[in-house]
Amino acid sequence: MKTPRFEYHAPRTLDEVLNLLGDLGEEAKVLAGGQSLVPLLAMRLARPEHVIDVNRVPELARIDERDGALVLGAMVRHRQVERSPVVAARSPLLAGAVPFIGHVAIRSRGTIGGSLAHADASAELPAVARALDAELLVRSTRGDRVVAAESFFLGHFTTALEDDECLVEVRVPAWPTGAGWGIYEMVRRHGDFAVAGAVAMMALGDGGTIADARVSLFGVADVPVRAQAAESALLGQAPTSDVLDAAAAVAADPLRPASDLHGSSAYRRHVARVAVRRALADAAERAKEAA
Amino acid sequence: MTSQGGATTSGQAIAVEVNGTERAATVDVRTTLADFLREHLGLTGTHLGCEHGVCGACTVLVDGEPVRSCLMLAVQADGSSVVTVEGLAEGNAMHPVQEAFWESFAFQCGFCTPGFVMSAVALLRENPDADEATVREALSGNLCRCSGYQTIVEGVLAAGRKVREEGAVL
Repeated sequence: MKTPRFEYHAPRTLDEVLNLLGDLGEEAKVLAGGQSLVPLLAMRLARPEHVIDVNRVPELARIDERDGALVLGAMVRHRQVERSPVVAARSPLLAGAVPFIGHVAIRSRGTIGGSLAHADASAELPAVARALDAELLVRSTRGDRVVAAESFFLGHFTTALEDDECLVEVRVPAWPTGAGWGIYEMVRRHGDFAVAGAVAMMALGDGGTIADARVSLFGVADVPVRAQAAESALLGQAPTSDVLDAAAAVAADPLRPASDLHGSSAYRRHVARVAVRRALADAAERAKEAA
Repeated sequence: MTSQGGATTSGQAIAVEVNGTERAATVDVRTTLADFLREHLGLTGTHLGCEHGVCGACTVLVDGEPVRSCLMLAVQADGSSVVTVEGLAEGNAMHPVQEAFWESFAFQCGFCTPGFVMSAVALLRENPDADEATVREALSGNLCRCSGYQTIVEGVLAAGRKVREEGAVL
């Protein structure tokens, strides 16, 4: 397991990164935390001619608050998110989901931007980005684009990023006051990619009825799936056991997950329903505690 | 062969502090930190099981954080401080985590042990009060095929007690 040869670039500024990407385009891969790319190199599933290491670009590693939104540089590491009081306060679902990623030593190096740009549909962060309507700032020498999470994930390991573009930052809209969150995933071994999983956010309004609900799933399709029909079904209802059951069924029934050695399509759909139900129950519980 | 950002395909000079000693070397850019430690520096205590980030045997501390040294390039460690299992003992005196592993029979074949020890050191430096659930979570990225993990968890908990009750310094 040794990586193929490549030309290594270690730019110190984002402008240098963009110039390199502009010059090298599809021949280059961006190396962020390396927790996905380096195994792909070692197994020779990826053979880029150029590797552009963005670990020495400090402007990509900041956590900021801007206009009520939480703004995470693409090179913010998972451990940095886990330890950040700002993230815990501003986006409890993101803070709660990150410990489900891999293991501590993976999270020491792994980055927010890397997880999103790698776009593994079984991973937690793309589903969180979908649930929270995150916006992704993408830059090239041609200029900036803001891509909604909804439009960013196109398929297995495929995103809206062009060959010359670099994901720069992720903007997570302000967390609704008093909202609760939940995440549930079924994994064969702790830290593995999920067979199926779900994240949820819920805010309660006057009288304890559901004023805002978000549900998205991972491991059930080639992209993270937002369960909008289930969200609509929850609005205006009290978060009773029956209501959450019904919403979980609405979320899972239309899914047609792939079958593989980890589980059949029907099994994955069943796990997805259970995951949505449990994530919603936790979100409702936390929302009630906050009320 | 140099261009913007100091691009190279082969030899690149790096300087890494390893176990408290500054080590300078020229490495092929595709050399992993694990291979650099083992082959360039002869520090073969860092073990390589899977070489793609699954087994945890190659765990070392980079700037205090546990990382898989098979998933980091040596050139990325340039300017960093690295601690391997060889950096723990003080002469003939074992490190408290090593001592606790020994006392708890926390290894059988020993192949995975360096990775477990480094993960445990990282955990206990941050949280010497870690309970069993926390220990198991922190060790979840390290695989052992001999022990069934029970004695390893006991070893880490025993090391935590050494810190709390005997003032051991990690």
